[in-house]
Amino acid sequence: MGEARTQFFTTPATAGNSSSLSPGSISETADYGLYLAPFFLNTHLPSAHGSSSCLSIIMSIRSPHSCRAFIRHIVCRTRTNGLSPIPNFGSIAQFTIPAISGLSILTKCGLLCIFVSGSMLVHYHIHTHGSHKYSSHCLVFTGAIATTDKNKQVLDKLQVERERGITVKAQTASLFYKYQGQTYLLNLIDTPGHVDFSYEVSRSISACQGVLLIVDANQGIQAQTVANFYLAFEAQLTIIPVINKIDLKNADPERVEKQIEKVFDIPTEECIRISAKLGTNVEQVLQEVVKRLPPPTFKKEDPFKALVFDSNFDHYRGVVANIALFGGYLSKGDRIISAYLGKSYEVNELGLLRPDEHPTDRLYAGQVGYVIAGMKEVKEAQIGDTLYHQKHLVEAFPGFKPAKAMVFAGMYPMDQSDYSALRSAVEKLTLNDSSVTVQRDSSLALGAGWRLGFLGLLHMEVFNQRLEQEYNASVIVTAPTVPYKAILSSAKLIKEHGKEEITIVNPAQFPDRSVVKEYLEPMVMGTIITPDDYIGKIMSICLNRRAVQKNMVYIDDHRVMMKYLFPLNEIVVDFYDLLKSMSSGYASFDYEDAGYQAAHVIKMDILLNGKPVEELTTIVHKDRAYSAGKAMCERLQDAIPRQMFEIAVQAAIGSKVIARETIKAYKKNVLAKCYGGDITRKMKLLKKQAEGKKKMRYVGTVQVPKDAFINVLKRKDK
Amino acid sequence: FTVWPYCLKRCSYCNFNKYIPRSDNQDVMLECLQRETETLLKLSQVSRITSVFFGGGTPSLARPSTIAAVLQTVTRHAGLSEEAEVTLEVNPTPVGSSKLEDFLHAGVNRFSIGVQVRLRLVVLGRDHNSQHALQTVAEARRLCPGRVSVDVMFGRPGQSVASWELELDELLSVCDDHVSLYQLTLERGTQLFRQVQKGQLSVPSDDITAVMYDSARRILQKRGYLQYEVSNFARNGAISQHNMSYWKASQYLGVGPGAHGRFVPRGEGDVCREARTQTLEPDVWLREVQQRSHGTRRRIPLTHLGLLEEVLVMGLRLIDGITHQHWQLFSPRADLYQILSSSSEVQDLQQTGLLILDDRGLRCSWQGLALLDSMLPTLLLLLEAYITQGLDNNSDSLQL
Repeated sequence: MGEARTQFFTTPATAGNSSSLSPGSISETADYGLYLAPFFLNTHLPSAHGSSSCLSIIMSIRSPHSCRAFIRHIVCRTRTNGLSPIPNFGSIAQFTIPAISGLSILTKCGLLCIFVSGSMLVHYHIHTHGSHKYSSHCLVFTGAIATTDKNKQVLDKLQVERERGITVKAQTASLFYKYQGQTYLLNLIDTPGHVDFSYEVSRSISACQGVLLIVDANQGIQAQTVANFYLAFEAQLTIIPVINKIDLKNADPERVEKQIEKVFDIPTEECIRISAKLGTNVEQVLQEVVKRLPPPTFKKEDPFKALVFDSNFDHYRGVVANIALFGGYLSKGDRIISAYLGKSYEVNELGLLRPDEHPTDRLYAGQVGYVIAGMKEVKEAQIGDTLYHQKHLVEAFPGFKPAKAMVFAGMYPMDQSDYSALRSAVEKLTLNDSSVTVQRDSSLALGAGWRLGFLGLLHMEVFNQRLEQEYNASVIVTAPTVPYKAILSSAKLIKEHGKEEITIVNPAQFPDRSVVKEYLEPMVMGTIITPDDYIGKIMSICLNRRAVQKNMVYIDDHRVMMKYLFPLNEIVVDFYDLLKSMSSGYASFDYEDAGYQAAHVIKMDILLNGKPVEELTTIVHKDRAYSAGKAMCERLQDAIPRQMFEIAVQAAIGSKVIARETIKAYKKNVLAKCYGGDITRKMKLLKKQAEGKKKMRYVGTVQVPKDAFINVLKRKDK
Repeated sequence: FTVWPYCLKRCSYCNFNKYIPRSDNQDVMLECLQRETETLLKLSQVSRITSVFFGGGTPSLARPSTIAAVLQTVTRHAGLSEEAEVTLEVNPTPVGSSKLEDFLHAGVNRFSIGVQVRLRLVVLGRDHNSQHALQTVAEARRLCPGRVSVDVMFGRPGQSVASWELELDELLSVCDDHVSLYQLTLERGTQLFRQVQKGQLSVPSDDITAVMYDSARRILQKRGYLQYEVSNFARNGAISQHNMSYWKASQYLGVGPGAHGRFVPRGEGDVCREARTQTLEPDVWLREVQQRSHGTRRRIPLTHLGLLEEVLVMGLRLIDGITHQHWQLFSPRADLYQILSSSSEVQDLQQTGLLILDDRGLRCSWQGLALLDSMLPTLLLLLEAYITQGLDNNSDSLQL
């Protein structure tokens, strides 16, 4: 299922003399058809020739069908209205070029940005509802926006997007919408919108004024809707609720309106009931966007200021940054500075995206486009960063922070001879995704590899899937871990680290209790929405996961929304799968970062005949040590073949053994049958075993085959 | 002239009966066996044959005259000493047992009988019952007293340790001086394998078969059978010469469809031992022998290391292991101490009492013999490391 946030910047233009830009924003989130779409109607830009408004719309979609159907309708409408169709770039040029020279024609242009995103939930929806349907919708959608070859290639390339119904890399396109004599140029920016990427989304929201909250008329509010609603709400944006899929047989828009009123405190009469599939009331949504959102405040006379909302790496041209202009204009040859790194660049090329690149000479406030300025790494164009003119220092957009990895996992080639091929694949993927942190790592058992940091679980899954699908890489991915923190008490260590608080990513670096004042673990606020039949079961699994209930409300007669504060560690591996299976797929789950909290975490060693196995050391909560240790011992007992002697598999904390399994020695391993014909075969088998032994990892005298490590360390298949 | 005893092994009827059940083919078969025997004997330039083993499928279905003719061919082209052990594998069918005397006259002087008493014969797909088996053993013992070997098999579906012990005890009361102890191995592609895969039958677990093997060794020992190899036990010194030379990595020729051999084809001027395999399918083999006088399908020259590996793997199956003298015959430069004694793994094995390396040579302990296959990879790696380090790279010419 896709989730998308769509941001529109529209500029209603009164022919000839209006130059106000009004960014607005539609956001549509739909998990199983529930959407949230922040809408932002922005400022008024007074100009010599009147006013122009710019709309920014963020769409946050969890059901790509609906969102895309919705977008398709917008696109089709604008075409059938006889207004300039999207691909007609010529008309944009005609509008923009005179505007650059200070004329009012610019006022006829507007921008629309769409952020499409996905979530873990997406994955499941696809599985239950069929990905074919999604894929075809996705293609239709792109076909509707623009049928350029490049666009097709991009979408074809990211198989993972089609399969999961999510957007991993942003797409940007432009179209026109005409309302009451004014024509709006809409720029659609399609970006990731899952909670993993909520930072990016929050950056986009910060640029908008309103939100479309799109909810599936059949399924009602889902956990993801709530998360996206609060992102928009906290940014103080105008929120327009839209109930989609009213054409469905089981649609119950009234119930959904009541849920919206109850959960978000929005009067039922403000909801717009639509069917994106049939086009019912879609026009009304656009009209409401224009009507309800306040006009934007930025002007082209201001100093140039742009928000980087996405970046790509191109092997020939370097980094291509996608930017939204919030003031002034940018010309080819200008020298610009990125606020985060403070580095200066010369603009080599810039232009509009529709979605393929159309170079122009200038970009203006209210427009969205791309810029190539000799940046060599995507890290130089981080999402959320501010670009400004060398001569006019401006205040950077608030809230920028570099990507922070929340989930870590080891990644190793299945076969060490594939190491360099895998390295090049990882490098290529990270070229386009600066949020993945890469650290070389090596394991005695699995060989050379990396420890990769991801924004969240979906981000990790998407990365791995892309690696496998696009680079045909066969990798071992270890079970995910979270970054713990330790407040040091030892003056010596504090001096060594240069700070009191350190982050621990690798269990090997876990500092001993004796030098630590306090350990901290990352927390998340989880939202679960479920039919009330499953409350009991869900509460019990949450309790098992050390979660603390913060809130519980009925959002309608038999649907409950629960808030739990979870240790992130407890949900990274299989929580979501468990939740889905125990609620027959009905419960939805989402989470947001909730900082760090003191926790009694300890380092647990795994011992084979008393010798620690370095790569199996884990950090666990004290209360979970026994069950985690026992599970690990059991998995190892199954995975390590019997040997000539008995093997004690133990989990230990410090010197205290907390769990033990025994692998009994075998008593016989000799073929009691060996006649003439057998010898060649027998020799071959023995030679193979001898070769395998060379690669075997030894812990003391215990032979541990690589497969055993893979079985124990690998994420369990779903 | 020849230092080593040579053996001749025939696997002919194994597949033959399946493909060509008509007896009028026996003439062609005989002709081809003789031709291939002649060809390979000439090729090996062997002068003396110390043992002949007619094995494979059901060689007792062959005409005694066929056996006699093959033995005559051997005698004609190489010496077949008076003492040479000539073994015939017998499947205890009524037909088989009545022919035993004829086989004796044809030159056979030792019988090896696959026997299962009171067994679930249906499972094993054999066509004889215990009565025939007992009759066959009795007849064979009458003809060749002290030179009859009986195969016993454990690990069969449904077998328990108790039933196995009982069965073995009963069997031993009718056995002669030699017993071969086999564990049923599930071979891919057999009906039994499929039945076990499907869960229709279950074979005893590894832990159970370990106990069965152990108890068999004890029972045999108690009854006076000394174990001389992993699967072979003899009373009154009735050790099989053919088996011994096989474990001692002597040269042997393989004649007949699917037979394997290890010998130096001196007739072609070679000095390297070759691993040879004859064509498997009887009709193809027949055609090849008719056209080229032999049905050798594959020849793989054994390297010095390859030969030493076989000496090690086969030799350690013997209760006496590999003596230093024996090893030196194959590896004059690198002795067992040099190759193994510095390894901590070998030291561990010695300390745990599984492996013995002393002035006599290298061998498994009683307990270690049952775990041989776990020790071999370690030993093979040490051997390979030593040999490929070039410490003994000049000894190809010393191969036999």
